[in-house]
Amino acid sequence: MEANETPTHYLNADYGLKSWLLTRDHKRIAILYLISITLMFLLGSFFAVLIRLELLTPQGDLVQADTYNKLFTMHGIVMIFFFLVPSIPAVFGNFLLPLMIGARDLAFPRLNLLSWYVYVVGAAFTLWAVLTGGVDTGWTFYTPYSTTASHTKVLTTAIGIFITGFSSILTGLNFIVTIHKMRAPGLTWFRLPLFVWAHYATSLIMILGTPVIAITIFLVGIERAFQLGIFDPALGGDPILFQHLFWFYSHPAVYIMILPSMGVVSEVITCFSRKRIFGYEFVAISSLAIALFGFLVWGHHMFTSTQSVYAALIFSILSFAVAIPSAVKVFNWTATLYRGSISFEAPMLFALGFIGLFTIGGLTGLFLAALGLDVHVHDTYFVVAHFHYIMVGGALMGYLGAVHFWWPKMTGRMYSEWAARVSAVLVFVGFNLTFFPQFVLGYLGMPRRYHAYPDEFQVLNVMSTTGASILGIGYLVPLCYLTWSLWRGAAATANPWRAAGLEWQVPSPPPTENFEQTPIVTEEAYTYPLKEAEVV
Amino acid sequence: MSSSPTNVAHQFDDAVQQRAASTLGMWVFLVTEMMMFGGLFAAYVLYRSMYAEGFAEASNHLDAMVGAMNTLVLLGSSLTMALAVRSAQLGARAGTVAGLLATIVLGCVFLGVKAYEYGHKFEEHLVPGPFFIFAGSQAKPAELFFSLYFAMTGLHALHMVIGVAVLGTLTWMAARNRFSADYHTPVEIGGLYWHFVDIVWIYLFPLLYLLGRH
Repeated sequence: MEANETPTHYLNADYGLKSWLLTRDHKRIAILYLISITLMFLLGSFFAVLIRLELLTPQGDLVQADTYNKLFTMHGIVMIFFFLVPSIPAVFGNFLLPLMIGARDLAFPRLNLLSWYVYVVGAAFTLWAVLTGGVDTGWTFYTPYSTTASHTKVLTTAIGIFITGFSSILTGLNFIVTIHKMRAPGLTWFRLPLFVWAHYATSLIMILGTPVIAITIFLVGIERAFQLGIFDPALGGDPILFQHLFWFYSHPAVYIMILPSMGVVSEVITCFSRKRIFGYEFVAISSLAIALFGFLVWGHHMFTSTQSVYAALIFSILSFAVAIPSAVKVFNWTATLYRGSISFEAPMLFALGFIGLFTIGGLTGLFLAALGLDVHVHDTYFVVAHFHYIMVGGALMGYLGAVHFWWPKMTGRMYSEWAARVSAVLVFVGFNLTFFPQFVLGYLGMPRRYHAYPDEFQVLNVMSTTGASILGIGYLVPLCYLTWSLWRGAAATANPWRAAGLEWQVPSPPPTENFEQTPIVTEEAYTYPLKEAEVV
Repeated sequence: MSSSPTNVAHQFDDAVQQRAASTLGMWVFLVTEMMMFGGLFAAYVLYRSMYAEGFAEASNHLDAMVGAMNTLVLLGSSLTMALAVRSAQLGARAGTVAGLLATIVLGCVFLGVKAYEYGHKFEEHLVPGPFFIFAGSQAKPAELFFSLYFAMTGLHALHMVIGVAVLGTLTWMAARNRFSADYHTPVEIGGLYWHFVDIVWIYLFPLLYLLGRH
């Protein structure tokens, strides 16, 4: 190759639509996912905007109650199943796992491409449901309303979610096999980056939990379509069984969303503290502990359903137990920061934001795990605020941190650092202004899922809507400067952050085959501070 | 490299790694399958404990003899599958093809009998929904039973259909001499899948046909 020629990498190795749609390169599939989930995120945000506009005034004046039901349902469905669940695993897990473990690709590249097509088909069904009138059951699909009463597009949406579940299963399967079998020589389990550990734990949840939601949604579907009677109380069927099966997946699904973010935060915190992560083994194992506990706490969504008090007691205690591995992570990140040479690049701002917001979200989770208190705040805005602190304050902050941290690696371009810092601050401020008032609203007794509310709640709702506007700008700004950077951004070096890890040892963007030679790993992860020779 | 390089995909270092990855992949997939059927089994266990009498009565409307025959057919297909895998490991093309074909035939016999049983239920108005008729006081639990019966055996039959398609592909590949003593992982993991589908039936048969008969 001539010295002045652009080196061949995965983006310019081949051109044309076909080279993308039939690609088996994990990096290109990651880009396909990035584009698809961004579109779904915009759709989900659109519903959120309408929800917040409606709640600006106490009267239900912007939309009818029925329309409002559809709005919050479709906001939840699109954001959870089509954005948050795939977000970090499908984009960054796909892109980074092989690079981080020194492999040429995932174990099953064709399966990986299939998972994206499966996702697209599932999304198409859901979009079809949205366009033909939407669905109003809430993202939870509680029976018997969803199976017998609702007159909206439950079946189409259920098919969409059922199909998309398989995309998640295939991704999890691929990651597990890849992490087990494709590690470079010398890369032992306790030398793996914590991002990989987090994805391993996430994948376990994906393969163990997702099949259960698949069969549950399948049963709802056939009950609705063929009038079978699995959950139908008219036949003596048990709607509570549906709730058990639903939450058996949907609670662990929260950890599908948050664990990958925790992996991102572990990478970013240690990089910008220039210090080896504190308590590596504990952070690694706590991911598995969260995955394990996550399967044992689903009953805390059903404290006010007809659940035996003993079951409720056990579920409550186990829910408190989730705080232990979560706290292990937060304390270890904090200890990593202690006496580190900290710098505040944009990814670091998002990671620090994550720690603060996740802590608030996690601690308010303990309120909800407490049996007595939960009865008071059940189905109020307190719950809404709590899970948005986890899913948006936590998962989405982590996602944005990942976007900013690995953007130079994925695209070979640097974005405007200044604009990125502004966006991080906007997101943090906007987020808190949106959702903190909702804790208060919930505690005062404002129920979720209503389009109108008593006058005394208006001040806090106006604060929330104002915050949402700032948050919205905070999300739109990166869309602009990141897109801009594709054409006008300065070229990125292989290791712009002077970070440890195999993915920073290859050029930005990486070549199709990732590594010219399979790397041999001789030391543990996070060998900060890097020796000058290691900085490419 | 122990086998011909054309059989090793670019992401793998050698045939050993590829074989280990493919096998683990199938096992992980079978775990997901177990969880999927697990949801149905959980529903069955709950409703059976709630409506033991109704379930027993409804179960009497299934033909245990036909079910038992079908169980034997399926167990036979597992035997022929195991023989096919063994032949593939030895690099015996004719044996592999014969074993796979026999498995396909037995699988189709099973599905045919299942279709006959479904047809019979349809005639007896035992398909849940508006046309469901069941004499006696246990009509509602019986309808629950048959909802689960069709969901569980239907999902199982769907897995059989997919299995037959997979075996068909493997037969075609085996006939074209794609496998050898060095490279036969597809036959092995196809076998794993087929055995799994058999095992599901081994649980379905007593739960649906035998439990509480009188």
